[in-house]
Amino acid sequence: MHNFTYHAANSVADAAAKVADGEDAVLMAGGMTLLPTLKQRLAQPSDIIDLAGVAGLSGIRVEGGTVTVGAMTTHDTVANSSEVAAAIPALAAVAGHIGDPQVRNRGTIGGSIANNDPAADYPAALVGLGATVCTNRREIAAGDFFTSMFETALDEGEIVTSVRFPAPETAAYMKFPNPASRYAIVGVFVARTTGGSVRVAVTGAAGCVYRETAMETALEGDFSPAALDGMTASADDLNEDIHASAEYRAHLVGVMARRAVAACG
Amino acid sequence: MPKDGIGASVKRKEDYRFITGQGAYTDDIDRPGQSYAVFVRSPHAHARIASVNTAAATAMPGVVKILTGADYAADGLGGLPCGWQVTGKDGPMVEPAHPPLVADCVRHVGDQVAVVIANSAAEARDAAEAVVVDYQPLPATASIETAMAAGAPQVHDEAPGNLCYDWEIGDKADVDAVFAGAHHVTRIELVNNRLVPNAIEPRAAIAEYDRATREYTLYTTSQNPHVIRLLMGAFVLQLPEHRLRVVAPDVGGGFGSKIFHYAEEAVLTWAAAKVARPIKWTAERSESFVTDAHGRDHVTIAELALDVDGKFLGLKVDTKANMGAYLSTFAPCVPTYLYATLLAGQYTTPKIWCGVQAVFTHTVPVDAYRGAGRPEATFVIERIVETAAREMGLDPAELRRRNFVPSDAFPYQTPVALVYDSGDYEGTLAAALAAADYDGFAARQAEAEARGKLRGIGLSAYIEACGIAPSAVAGSLGARAGLYECGEVRVHPTGSVTFFTGAHSHGQGHETTFAQIIAERLGVDIDAVEVVHGDTAKIPFGMGTYGSRSLAVGGSALSRALDKIETKAKRIAAHLMEASETDIEFSDGQFTVAGTDKSVGFGDVALTAYVPHNYPIEELEPGLDETAFYDPANFTFPAGCHVCEVEVDPETGRVEIVNFAASDDFGNVINPMIVEGQVHGGIVQGVGQALLEGCVYGEDGQLATGSYMDYTMPRADDVPSFAVSTRTTPCPHNPLGVKGCGEAGAIAAPAAVMNAVHHALGSRGVSRIDMPATPVRVWRALNAA
Repeated sequence: MHNFTYHAANSVADAAAKVADGEDAVLMAGGMTLLPTLKQRLAQPSDIIDLAGVAGLSGIRVEGGTVTVGAMTTHDTVANSSEVAAAIPALAAVAGHIGDPQVRNRGTIGGSIANNDPAADYPAALVGLGATVCTNRREIAAGDFFTSMFETALDEGEIVTSVRFPAPETAAYMKFPNPASRYAIVGVFVARTTGGSVRVAVTGAAGCVYRETAMETALEGDFSPAALDGMTASADDLNEDIHASAEYRAHLVGVMARRAVAACG
Repeated sequence: MPKDGIGASVKRKEDYRFITGQGAYTDDIDRPGQSYAVFVRSPHAHARIASVNTAAATAMPGVVKILTGADYAADGLGGLPCGWQVTGKDGPMVEPAHPPLVADCVRHVGDQVAVVIANSAAEARDAAEAVVVDYQPLPATASIETAMAAGAPQVHDEAPGNLCYDWEIGDKADVDAVFAGAHHVTRIELVNNRLVPNAIEPRAAIAEYDRATREYTLYTTSQNPHVIRLLMGAFVLQLPEHRLRVVAPDVGGGFGSKIFHYAEEAVLTWAAAKVARPIKWTAERSESFVTDAHGRDHVTIAELALDVDGKFLGLKVDTKANMGAYLSTFAPCVPTYLYATLLAGQYTTPKIWCGVQAVFTHTVPVDAYRGAGRPEATFVIERIVETAAREMGLDPAELRRRNFVPSDAFPYQTPVALVYDSGDYEGTLAAALAAADYDGFAARQAEAEARGKLRGIGLSAYIEACGIAPSAVAGSLGARAGLYECGEVRVHPTGSVTFFTGAHSHGQGHETTFAQIIAERLGVDIDAVEVVHGDTAKIPFGMGTYGSRSLAVGGSALSRALDKIETKAKRIAAHLMEASETDIEFSDGQFTVAGTDKSVGFGDVALTAYVPHNYPIEELEPGLDETAFYDPANFTFPAGCHVCEVEVDPETGRVEIVNFAASDDFGNVINPMIVEGQVHGGIVQGVGQALLEGCVYGEDGQLATGSYMDYTMPRADDVPSFAVSTRTTPCPHNPLGVKGCGEAGAIAAPAAVMNAVHHALGSRGVSRIDMPATPVRVWRALNAA
């Protein structure tokens, strides 16, 4: 780890100011990606602005069919929230299968989505549920938030404060984990709203979370696993690594989507 | 029997300190004035070193000294020695120099070029990044196939074609003749995948030099500190034993990977005198991946000839083994004497030939790990036997029964040099099949099929040669050391006992098992026994722990030392009771005179030995402290049968182990709970090799699986609960009748798992899938079939 200057922010405004002051400052939420990167000396920020002490950034609020999760809320809190489980059980399930217990007790939703790891679970839930990301400056639709691998719509100094999820009629997430890292090789989040519209959001397969629109159309006609029979993703532009070829990922998108629909019940 | 004696599942004495975080591992030790070392390592698989510039790094804060390969070469010291010489068809193996710091040419990613010593680890790391090495990259070869191809990049000039040796056992023409008349021949090709060890505790070392006594001390994460003292002292640094102390304190796992003498140990010890300060080095995990000796990496073609009744007539095995870039301490013996000599398995196969070509590549050196040689042999035999049974339409269990060495045939001479001591292969097979409900498989398979899953069951009737090793036999095969063990039993004046053993526990529970034997023999409380290991200044000598040898060899040394204690104690007791020595009986800690009610306790005898007021001082020395060296008469041959049942999800290719049963013959068992734990750990390691762990090198020699993001270690949720049991045929040639249990699971499990996977996929036309059977591989195989 290289040397850096540590700052504890006491408010969102304070954090934004400190980020602006630093030569090459970074925000730290749970630190679950940042700290390993620092330990491997792969990053050398001048300043680290810790959000842990900022009041009002964590917590869960459920009002009128909307679940709002504060940016600094840990995965474990979401996973074990009876309110989330009642309103959007699939969201609690997603949070409960991120990483391992240590990661779930440190990692946060804001940190996860701001990092936008292509194999992270939360981006699929946000896009699948049509969530809204709230920042210190504006609100951003999830579909516009995740722009490309490790890139988001966040501007310099813009800080995620919460994520707002509309409760669907039904939803489910199916992840096929990388055997080593247990990140998603493919994760598919399927949700249907009370109005009958369907979203199929895919993580792990490509450089960034995306929607399988053909599958959505098929499911809007017939919300059953059989509606996806024979359907896979296109292997073009999907990730390739020693654990999975693009063809295998394309195939798994179909399998996981069917299983997610089946799990919706 | 005392309550904590032989056969009792005593809770491990060492676990209190381990589970409360009070173990003292090498990295927990800090020496006064300690400095810290970081190694500069090659990022290239193969490159010439044009220059090493340390000027900027030396000027950085906290830097004490930077030493390079040129500095090492200038001191005229030795390279890392190889402890086993294999002689092939064309003469002795090629044994290239293995410098602890490389001066001219790096040969694998991670090869050490320089060491930076600083006041703190962070300063050393910063300065290491500032050392400028001008590498001129050269073409590299990472796999057996490319290394053996014409025009392949050469790892060492003295090894044309990258060949280390071309060795064989058996008469090929003789075996070919048998094949010519066979009713059926089964042929398989397989890969035994390279493994990265990943002990929980990374390697670490602290070296220091005492200018007053000129004595060096090395603390190191070793399974055999005396071996390190011998190799490093005699061959590398030219230090006599009395000036070199090696301490291996608590060690957190190894399974072979901490047997070997590593470069860092020699470099630190050499550098300690130069800086006149203790130096500590602790590997980072990513460093472990590219410096700990790897395991396996074989490519094999095997053929089995059978007669019309399924009797095995002959076995031919052709193996290519990857040695890596240099010969690690015991590497050459792994694919030869620890492998080909086991190819009879549990069977009466009369004719066996095996040829082995060992090749150099630009990869981390490979050495004995997780069973070493014997898992590879078991995998070949048990895969080909199972395949033959399926091809001939026979029940794999029945085919094995037809070929087992019968229980009344021991001692049994195999055609590949070994003499099996004892066994009951039908017994362990029957017990394992019963535990696995083998007969109920068809119903379970049908039920799984209804759920869209492919179910398979596989057997592995393994044998291993353990209790390594009879020194004369090992020496005749090329070992450059003896393989006896030493134990010293020191009875203190109050009757408490310290046992000094040359065996080394890195997780096996020696402090408990050895104490149980002493409690049993001397009738003392187990808490009155202390077991000391891992320090050349305390223990007379030792060859360490590997090859499931601690109990079979080290325990036998203990037993012999206890014999001597008992003999002397009886003479003292005879004197105290004014009786003839021949009339003295000893049990449960009491010496009695046969036919009388006279008795004296062990504690009184111990006190008398040290306070010899009423003592036969003319004919007997005071004190009660005895040492024994034990050299085994033969290897021991643990054997048994493991049965694995899997379910494959054909949509994703994921393999789930749904049932695993084992019946093992380890000879007599001292602590059943420890044995069960050892088997569990071994099975999980075997499952890891079969389904999860695949070390992948790119053709450029870069390690693609250099962290846990890509290298899959087995986890608790990858395996089911195991049904394990033991059946005993005592070892006839050692005093405790024990055979060893440490490696059995890792040796047996891969073949059991892969036989089950092949069985499950066979119905879909898949005939070959290599380890690790990862989801993508299984899915591809299903699609290709």
